[in-house]
Amino acid sequence: MTLAHPTTVVRRRVARTLTHLSLVVASLVVLLPLAVVFLTSLKSEQEMAKGSRALGLPDDLLNFRNYVTAFRDGEMLAAFGNTAFILLVAVTGTVVIGSMAAYAIDRFTFRFRKLVVALFLVATLVPGVTTQVATFQIVDSFGMFDSLWAPIALYMGTDIVSIYIFLQFVRSIPISLDEAARLDGANAFTIYRKIIFPLLRPAIATVVIVKGITVYNDFYIPFLYMPSEDLGVISTSLFRFKGPYAAHWETISAGTVLVILPTLIVFLALQRFIYNGFMRGATK
Amino acid sequence: MPATHTTEKVARPPSAAPPPPVPRPAPRSVRLWRKLTPWLFLAAPLALLVAFTYAPVVNMLAYSFTDWDGVSPELSYIGADNYVEIFTRPELFQVFFVSGYYLAASAVQIALALYFATVLSFNVRLRNFFKGVLFFPYLINGVAIGFVFLYFFQDGGTLDSVLALFGYESDRAWLGTSTSANISLASVSVWRYLGLNFVLFLGAIQSIPGELYEAAELDGASRWHQFRYIIAPGIKPVLSLSVILSISGSLSVFEIPYIMTGGATGTETFVIQTTDLAFRFNKTGLASAAAVVLLLIILAVTWVQRRLVPDDKVDLT
Repeated sequence: MTLAHPTTVVRRRVARTLTHLSLVVASLVVLLPLAVVFLTSLKSEQEMAKGSRALGLPDDLLNFRNYVTAFRDGEMLAAFGNTAFILLVAVTGTVVIGSMAAYAIDRFTFRFRKLVVALFLVATLVPGVTTQVATFQIVDSFGMFDSLWAPIALYMGTDIVSIYIFLQFVRSIPISLDEAARLDGANAFTIYRKIIFPLLRPAIATVVIVKGITVYNDFYIPFLYMPSEDLGVISTSLFRFKGPYAAHWETISAGTVLVILPTLIVFLALQRFIYNGFMRGATK
Repeated sequence: MPATHTTEKVARPPSAAPPPPVPRPAPRSVRLWRKLTPWLFLAAPLALLVAFTYAPVVNMLAYSFTDWDGVSPELSYIGADNYVEIFTRPELFQVFFVSGYYLAASAVQIALALYFATVLSFNVRLRNFFKGVLFFPYLINGVAIGFVFLYFFQDGGTLDSVLALFGYESDRAWLGTSTSANISLASVSVWRYLGLNFVLFLGAIQSIPGELYEAAELDGASRWHQFRYIIAPGIKPVLSLSVILSISGSLSVFEIPYIMTGGATGTETFVIQTTDLAFRFNKTGLASAAAVVLLLIILAVTWVQRRLVPDDKVDLT
C-alpha cells in the first residue's frame, strides 16, 4: 500500500470539484431555458404586459389559464389526435414491414437476394431531406398530398434503419426453431407469425421507441405535405402559434410545455430502453 | 393449395452442408410457390423503397436538367444550366458558408460530448441525473426547441436576464445581425444534438472492459493517460460515425433556423433555400439541381469516411 502524496490529494480534490462544477453548469444550461418557458407559461397576460422579468416567478403558481387557451384556440387537442393516429399506423407499419423484410432476407435464398440487400444498403446513404423536391411529386401523384396518408407512407417507406435492427435480431434466432416448426407442418407465414415475430420483441421495443419519438417530433414532412389547418400535428400546430400569438409569450410557452410534457414522461418512464434504442438506431 | 405449404423449405446459411438428395422432384406448383414466398414478404418493403427513395432520386436527376415549375404539363430540357446557376449566382452559393457555422458548432459539440462522456463514465455522484439531463434535449420536439430559444434570445429574455444577474447589461439583438444570429442558431443546434453524441460515446466507453482501467491505475496511469491510451482507441469507430453524422447534419440543417428566423438575416441554409425554390417559387428544376449537389456532397463525404476508416464495425452491445 502506498500513501498518496498530500499535494496529489489536493490536486485530485480540486479536479473532482471542477468536474462536478462543469456538470452543474451544463445542467443549468440545459434546464434553465426550459424552466423559464415553464414559468412564463404560468404568467398572466397582465403580468407579461407589465414587463415581468424572464427569471421572475409568476404571481400565481397555479395559473393554468394559458394552457386552456393553447388547448382550445390553438387546437392542440386535434393535433394530438392526428399525431396519435399517424404514430399508431406508421409505427405498426414500420414494425410489420421491417420484420417481414428482415425475415425474407435472412431466412431465404433466392435469386437477386444480393441485389435486394444492396438496394436497402445504398438507400441508407440517401438522406430523405435531400430528395423531398421529387418525393413531393410522387406523393402528389398518388393523391396523398394534404392527407394523413402522406406522412404515414413516408415514415413507413423510408425507414431502413429499422430493417437493419430487425435483421440483426432475426440472425440471432436459431434456425433450428424454424426447422422444428416446419416438421410440425408450419408454413413460412406461420413461422414468421408464431416464431420469429414474438421472438423479435426486444427489437420491436427498440423500433417502437425510436420511431415513435422521431414521428412525434417530425416537423418537415407534416409541414410540407399537410398544409390544411385541420390536419395539424403537434409540430405544425405549435408552429402556427407563431402568427396569432406572436406577442403572447405566455400562450406560446404553454403550447411548448404541452408538447414537451409527453416526451418528458415517456423519457422518465423508459430511460434505459431509450438510451439503448437510440444507440442501436444510430450505429447500425 | 394448402397442402403445398407443408413442404416449405427454408434457406440454409451458405456454410451448411449440401442439401440431401430430393427423393422425387416436387410438382411444379410447389416449386413456384417456394420461389414466390420470399417475394411475398418483400413486396411491400420493396415497393415502398422504390417509390419513396429510388424513384425520387431518379426523377430528381431528370428534373435537374429541365426548367420545370412543378405544375405545368410542359417542361423543356435546358442541359446543365441549373447547375451553372447554382455555382455562379453568389446568393445561391452563400448558403454553403452558413453550413460553416454549423460545422464549427459540431466540432465543439463532439468535443463537449467526449468530455462529458469521459467524466460520466467514472463514478460520479448523481451520474444518472446528469446523464438524463444532457440527453433529454435530443428528444424534444424541434418546434418546441425553436420557441424555447426564441424566448431565450429575445430582448429582455432568458439570456439577457442571466447576463444581468452577473451585472452585464446587454441591449444587443442576438438574432439581429447575420454573424450573431448564425452563432446563436448553431449554439441551439449544439444544445439540441449534444445528447446523442454524448450517449453514443458513453456507450462505447462503457463497453471497454473495466479491468483495463484497473490495470492502468495499478501502473499509475493518470486520467489523461487512461483517456489517451484506453478510451480514445476504444471509441474510434463511434467517433468517426459522429463526424460523418455531423458533416451531413451541418449540410442539411433545416428546423432550427426555419422555425426561429425563417431564414432571414443571412441564416438561410441549403435545405431552406431548396424548399423555398421548389415550393414557394416553383422552380422545381433549379431546386432539383441544388438537391442533387447536396446529395453528391453527402455521398462524397461518406465515401471519404469509409476510405479513411475502413473498419466501420460499430459494436456497442
